[in-house]
Order: sequence, then C-alpha cells, then structure tokens
Amino acid sequence: MSDIAGFDIARIIELLPEVGVALGQTFVMLLVAIPIAILIGTPLGVWLYSASPTGLKPRPKLHRVVDSLVNVIRSFPFLILLIAIIPVTRFVVGTTVGTAAVIVPLTINAIPYFARFVEQNITQLGAGVVEAARSMGATRGQIVRDVLLVEARPALLGSITIMTVSFISYSAMAGLVGGGGIGDFAIRYGYYRYETAVMLFAIVLMIVLVQAVQIGGTRWARRLDKRH
Amino acid sequence: MISIRNVSTRFAGKGGEEGFTAVDDVSLEIPAGSVQGIIGFSGAGKSTLLRNINLLERPTSGHVLVDGVDLTGLGDEELRRERHQIGMIFQHFNLLNNRTAVENVELSLKFAGVKKAARRRRAHEALEIVDLAEKAKSYPAKLSGGQKQRVAIARALVTKPKVLLCDEPTSAVDPRTTASVLQYLADINQQLGITTVVVTHELNVVKSIADNVAVMDAGRAVERFAVDDLNSGRFHPQTEIGRYLLDDDLHITRTPLAERSRHTAAKGAAETKEHAGV
Ligand SMILES: Nc1ncnc2c1ncn2[C@@H]1O[C@H](COP(=O)(O)OP(=O)(O)OP(=O)(O)O)[C@@H](O)[C@H]1O
Ligand SMILES: [Mg+2]
Repeated sequence: MSDIAGFDIARIIELLPEVGVALGQTFVMLLVAIPIAILIGTPLGVWLYSASPTGLKPRPKLHRVVDSLVNVIRSFPFLILLIAIIPVTRFVVGTTVGTAAVIVPLTINAIPYFARFVEQNITQLGAGVVEAARSMGATRGQIVRDVLLVEARPALLGSITIMTVSFISYSAMAGLVGGGGIGDFAIRYGYYRYETAVMLFAIVLMIVLVQAVQIGGTRWARRLDKRH
Repeated sequence: MISIRNVSTRFAGKGGEEGFTAVDDVSLEIPAGSVQGIIGFSGAGKSTLLRNINLLERPTSGHVLVDGVDLTGLGDEELRRERHQIGMIFQHFNLLNNRTAVENVELSLKFAGVKKAARRRRAHEALEIVDLAEKAKSYPAKLSGGQKQRVAIARALVTKPKVLLCDEPTSAVDPRTTASVLQYLADINQQLGITTVVVTHELNVVKSIADNVAVMDAGRAVERFAVDDLNSGRFHPQTEIGRYLLDDDLHITRTPLAERSRHTAAKGAAETKEHAGV
C-alpha cells in the first residue's frame, strides 16, 4: 500500500530519525573541519605565497620543503589518510571511532587543500596592488591583511564553497571508522543492505545539500565581488 | 632634492642565462619642486629607474638621495617611513577593486600610521582636490579610466608627500583624459610644490608638463635637456634615439594619393568587389 513504484515510503519514514542523526553528523564534521581548515590553511597559504621566489619575503629553500610537504598530504587518497593517521587521531580525540575520529583526518586533509586555494587566489591578484601598497610604505602584514586578503575575499569564498561541497561527499567515507554522516548512511543502507529506495532518498538529500551550499556560496561571493 | 648617483640595476639571469642590465650607471639631479620627465622606448629602463627612486627595485649599485637622505642606506623600517613621503601612481592605476574610492585613499593614510578618526576626513579632502568628491563611495569598476587615475592621484597625495612618482600615468587613457590627468598633475606640482617625476614614451606628455627631460636608451640616460631649451630651439639632440624621440614625424614611407598608380588603385577596387562577393 505504501509501496509506490518500488519506493517503500513507510520504510523511509521509519528511518527518518536515523537520517536526522546522519545529517547532524555531517554538519558537525563540516562545521568543525572547515573552520579549522580556514583558520590554519589561510596563514599557511599566505606563507606559501609570501615565501615563494616571487613573494613578499622569498625563502626558496624552506619554501621548497613546505611546498612538497603540502603536496604529500594532498596526494594521499582520503581513505588511506583516514587509516594512516589513526594513531594521531587517537592522540587528538582519544578515540579512533565515531564522528569525532573522522573530524581529525578530514581536517588534516582540508588544511593543505585550503592553503592551496589561498595561495592560488592571492597569486592571481597580480603584482599591481602589491606594488602600490609597497610604494605606500605598507608592512608585509598590512599588505597581507589590508590588500591581499581583501582583494581575494570573493575568490576565497568560492574556494570555501568548493571545499565544503567535496567534503560533503568525503564524509561518506567516514563510515569506515563508524563516523556516520549522510554519505555513510547511504552506503550502509544502499550498498550493504540493498535498500535502494533508502539509498536514493539519502542521495537526494545530499544533492539538495550540495546545491544549497553551492548556490548560497556563489551568491555570497558575487555580492562581495566589486570587480563588475 | 632627488639625487640619483651612479645608479645601476642588474637583473640576475635565471639558471645559465646571462643577467640583464636594465639601468646602467645613471646620474640625475632633480631640483625641488620641478617636474622631471623621463622618456624612452619600451625596455629602455624607465620604469626600473623610477622604481629605483623609492627602492621598489633596489639598485645593484649607486645611491638615491631624497631630501638629503640616502635611501639605499636605510633599513626596512626607515625605508617604509621614507616611502610615506614619496607618492606613486601607475599606468594601470593599481586600485583595490574591493574598496571604494575613499577607502582606497584611506588605506594610504592607514599605512602611514594616521589615526582612524582623521583618515576619512583627509581622504575626502584629497578626493576634492581631484574633483571626485561625489564618487567617494564608488567602487573602481564603476569609474572611468581618468577617474581611476584621479583616485590614484588622491591616494598618492593624501599623505602630503614631497615627491610624486608617475609611471606612464596617461598611457591607459584617451587623449582628452590624458590632458585632464596632466592638468591635475601640473596643478598639484604648482600648488603643493611636490617634486614630480613622470615616466612616459610620449613626447607631448613631457613637453606639456616637464621642466627637464632625460632620454633613456638601453639603461642609460643619453640626453638631458630643459623643455624651454627644446621649445626655443636651443637644444639639439645629439643621439640617434634622441633625434627620433624628439621628432613628431613617424617617418613612414608612403606615396601620396595623387602619385599612386591607377593600376594599383584599380586592382584594389577589384579586390574589394571580390571580397564583397559581387
Ligand atoms: N624584474 C625583472 N627581472 C628581469 N628583467 C626585468 C625585470 N624588470 C624589468 N626587466 C627588464 O629590464 C628592462 C627594462 O625594463 P623597464 O620596465 O624598466 O623598461 P621601460 O623603459 O619601463 O619599458 P616600457 O616602456 O615597456 O614600460 C626590460 O628589458 C625588462 O625586460
Ligand atoms: Mg615601463
């Protein structure tokens, strides 16, 4: 009776509380990992720009080391990172399972990811505004805070949007360590239990979530962008 | 006032490449309150020499003195303080896109350490000097090229500098706007007594506002003269490059219309028809 075109609505309604929990877990993951990534990734990205051979204060040797390190972390497939850093995770959050445990690898992955965005967005601004600021006698700190980060703000907001969207799906792998989240929910019911309708429902939820983040982020960035 | 003494700037080559000498042993005295023009062809080293004055580009050798202070001998901190005395404007304006006109001007005061309370008022005053008071809240994207350059001028002036450096200030604007921007620069030089250095590749720019001119070629200052002497015919360029630059004639070889053969004209017409598909 409740089965419309193969969709078991009763089953979905039955699982709704669990969906709510899963969504909550996804939000927690994003709300912790992304702000931390921004907080640490921004100075790291600024440093990558600044210490580069054409930056504000070139430090070519150290730059090469940090640059490679960032690439190393970036090249780890998330799933492998998740497992590889289990000792670190245990040290930081005291457990290796659950939502808290997923946040650690997610954050470690997000920091260099966002740092690259920052570096690229700043580099793309061109030498003109930096040159003007230097001619006005700005300190390096002022150039970063009052010029580069202000001019890059719309682009950075776009980058945060992209990062959030990819992390919504990354968090799906959280299931591996019992981290939960909406992606994990979809895998558990769809992949392991062949409850296709439930999986489709979860995927639709993820699509809606991604759309909302993308549209919201784009609008906000456009409002900040005064180039046109 | 500005004393450029045996300044050379050499850019190191990358890898095995040979280095490049952009400024080659240039000495130039620029009297206080004067307008110094620097002209030359692309790649002559004009911008590099200008950037040597405020040490945006540190010379490889030689000295730059502004008001008797040897900038090449200063540390970072002292140099930054001196830069508040040296305004600069650029061909492409280099305004911050995400700040309004008045915020752009204010930034210069912030970097100069002016207290927040005084910044807004002084920024508005500077915009008034360039007749842009009503555009204070506009973002650069909503301003014309000439207006953007005027905001840049206000930004450079607001800290009350002794020197104003201009790198091709009119190369990105149309001829009428050029005249307007140059008029502002001339007025500012006269009313505020700011020593001004203008880099350009256009002879009429220096002729209209400079007191003295240096011609650059391959990093060297190959000619120097007073604009008055040029106008009165007392100055005659000694170098090939000087003669070329100071000559309005572009020396294009071209047959006058009346002497062009009928044959070529007819052929041209036929080709036009062909293109039009007749
Ligand atoms: N940072 C740099 N590294 C290497 N070479 C440079 C650098 N800056 C300038 N040069 C070289 O120095 C020479 C002089 O450059 P400069 O910008 O001073 O010329 P310019 O006279 O201002 O030319 P233009 O009219 O095109 O602006 C050019 O050949 C340029 O390629
Ligand atoms: Mg130049």
